[in-house]
Amino acid sequence: MSARTTPKAAAKPAVKPAASTSTDRLARLLALVPYVVNRDSVALGEAAAAFGVTEKQLIDDLNLLWCVELRAPDPYCPIDLSYEGGEITVAEAESIARPLRLKVDEASALLVALRMLAGIPDLHDRDALSRVIAKLESAAGAAAAVSSKVAVEVDAHTGSAGPGGDRTVLGALRDAIAAGRRVHLTYYVPARDENTERDVDPMRLLVVEGNTYLEGWCRRAEAVRLFKLDRIAGLSVLDVPAEVPDDAEPIDVDAGLFRPSPEDVRVTLELTPRGRWVADYYPCESVEELGEGRLRVVLRTPDTRWVRGLALRLGDQGRIVAPASLAAGVRDDAARALARYGMA
Amino acid sequence: MSRRKTERLLNLVVCLLATRRYLTAEQIRRAVPGYPDSDEAFKRMFERDKEELRELGVPLEVGSDQQGGGGEEIGYRIPPQAYELPDIHLSPDEAAVLGLAARVWQRASMAEAASGALLKLRAAGVETDVTTAVGIEPRVNTGDPAFPALWEAVRDARPVAFDYQGIGRTSVARRHLEPWGVVSRRGRWYVVGFDRDRDEQRVFRLSRITGDVVPDGPPGTVTVPEGVDVRRIAFDWGDPVSEPRPATVRLRAGAAQGPRRWARDVRAVGDGAWDEAVLTFRDVDRFAPYLARFADDVVVLDPPDLREAVIQQLKAVLAAGADQHAGRDTEREADTAADTVSETAADGTVSGR
Repeated sequence: MSARTTPKAAAKPAVKPAASTSTDRLARLLALVPYVVNRDSVALGEAAAAFGVTEKQLIDDLNLLWCVELRAPDPYCPIDLSYEGGEITVAEAESIARPLRLKVDEASALLVALRMLAGIPDLHDRDALSRVIAKLESAAGAAAAVSSKVAVEVDAHTGSAGPGGDRTVLGALRDAIAAGRRVHLTYYVPARDENTERDVDPMRLLVVEGNTYLEGWCRRAEAVRLFKLDRIAGLSVLDVPAEVPDDAEPIDVDAGLFRPSPEDVRVTLELTPRGRWVADYYPCESVEELGEGRLRVVLRTPDTRWVRGLALRLGDQGRIVAPASLAAGVRDDAARALARYGMA
Repeated sequence: MSRRKTERLLNLVVCLLATRRYLTAEQIRRAVPGYPDSDEAFKRMFERDKEELRELGVPLEVGSDQQGGGGEEIGYRIPPQAYELPDIHLSPDEAAVLGLAARVWQRASMAEAASGALLKLRAAGVETDVTTAVGIEPRVNTGDPAFPALWEAVRDARPVAFDYQGIGRTSVARRHLEPWGVVSRRGRWYVVGFDRDRDEQRVFRLSRITGDVVPDGPPGTVTVPEGVDVRRIAFDWGDPVSEPRPATVRLRAGAAQGPRRWARDVRAVGDGAWDEAVLTFRDVDRFAPYLARFADDVVVLDPPDLREAVIQQLKAVLAAGADQHAGRDTEREADTAADTVSETAADGTVSGR
């Protein structure tokens, strides 16, 4: 139900540090002039931050722009700028006063992401989303066309947030986060096939690998935990302010949700060709081809109960090889179940 | 990287944007500082420069000014209206969702493209540093090794070939595809297109592609048929959906919480050790393994075909070890079965902590 926290903040810069090829730098230079032109004057530090470079690099960029020179038919310098007193101004920008059009990749990366967001139910900013999609499509022109060939679907669970409520779980959680309120969850844990009751101080909502999660401080575990929204069987927003401890670190979702731990048990499974889907659905420590489409995979897990369930579901598609005790446990499960059908 | 090269390319862009006439290579050489004296070296360098500008997305127009009294010699220019990003103004709430969208991509290729777009939009005056009040952080992973090549193929309308290990298949097969689109659902990527080997539309899962995706024809030679919706093809599994049927089951009291979440008519029977309930299902082949997962906490009473399927499933578990089966073409069935009932990767392993 939850992932371990890492001591790393989740925030990542929207603009990556400048790459070092000359075309990347050229792209930056071509954006830098209109960036300043559109703002009349910009502080060096602010511009450096916006472009993800150091001030020193930025000054080198500005010097390079200032040096632009055409020699024929008559020599002249088309760009005139200054950064005196730490404020950049552009007096003359000639033909590069406006930014370059979006490339197909660029337009697609934004449009696909925006349309994915539009697919998340109960996002209050739906209106802003459709406006920005329309504006971007129009600004990107022909480059926008290809973006329809890529789509990301989000399985955002919208189940009702309890009796009498017409709010969805997602909507109710958003409200709780905005209002800074504690929530009470009835949370289904499939690995143990049980419902758990817990109070959680919500931190934020995440959509990762197509699923929606609540990240929050779980007062039962006294740790940051992720809760998958479609496992929330009951939700009530409490009349208590949320108290997320100052040292509660958000989970670094970019590093993946699965965190192996030294205490994990290693489980080895052998899969038939029809059981290969297991390697797609679970993070495997190793995957080994055994020939004729058969696989041997090693999973790591802190709790082997769900693996027993997996083995029962696999039937003839695969079997647990190790640990032997787990394999024996699965056979016992199957034998006891068969006994219920009068077959010992 | 070379500062001089950047400087030369910058000069070249400014020069070609400023001209209304087509400039010949020779005129460009005279106007733009930094080109070598040797004709041969200049030609090579100029060719490379043109290529770099195109990669950057600079619309380089090739033509001649015959009617304008110019020579017949071929020349170059960058039409400003093709170069310039049209005006775009975003309100703060629009800028906030745009900033959110730009952070969605987790891996290099698309993340860099999103950053590049953001840079240009900032240059156009959009303020993207607005803190988002959206309260939700979506992430999309494009970590499949096949993703970048397939995205490029889709973008460039170019056929591809790759090795594919289908579920239920005993070996990889070389597949030849005219890709129409790539789509993701539940964190997994699929490519949709026209399969040249099977002569029909097909869906492939990226994680089952082994090795490199290579071009299998020139760009611009894939045509997406009119009215094709790649999303619908990828997620509409095509097999006729069976009608929902009721199943009567016994659930051990206090256990089988999973099925209980959508069970109806739950009532205690006998001495209270068991409940009887009704579950709805469509496909025996998918539902029986799901129920088997609960071992002796769930017993199927009716219908007989489901009961028999669960018994067979449990017997198969006991007989485990023997690989009796290679599959028929069960790629999709297996997929959907897994989708319907699986705890996905994150849940399964992350759970129980």
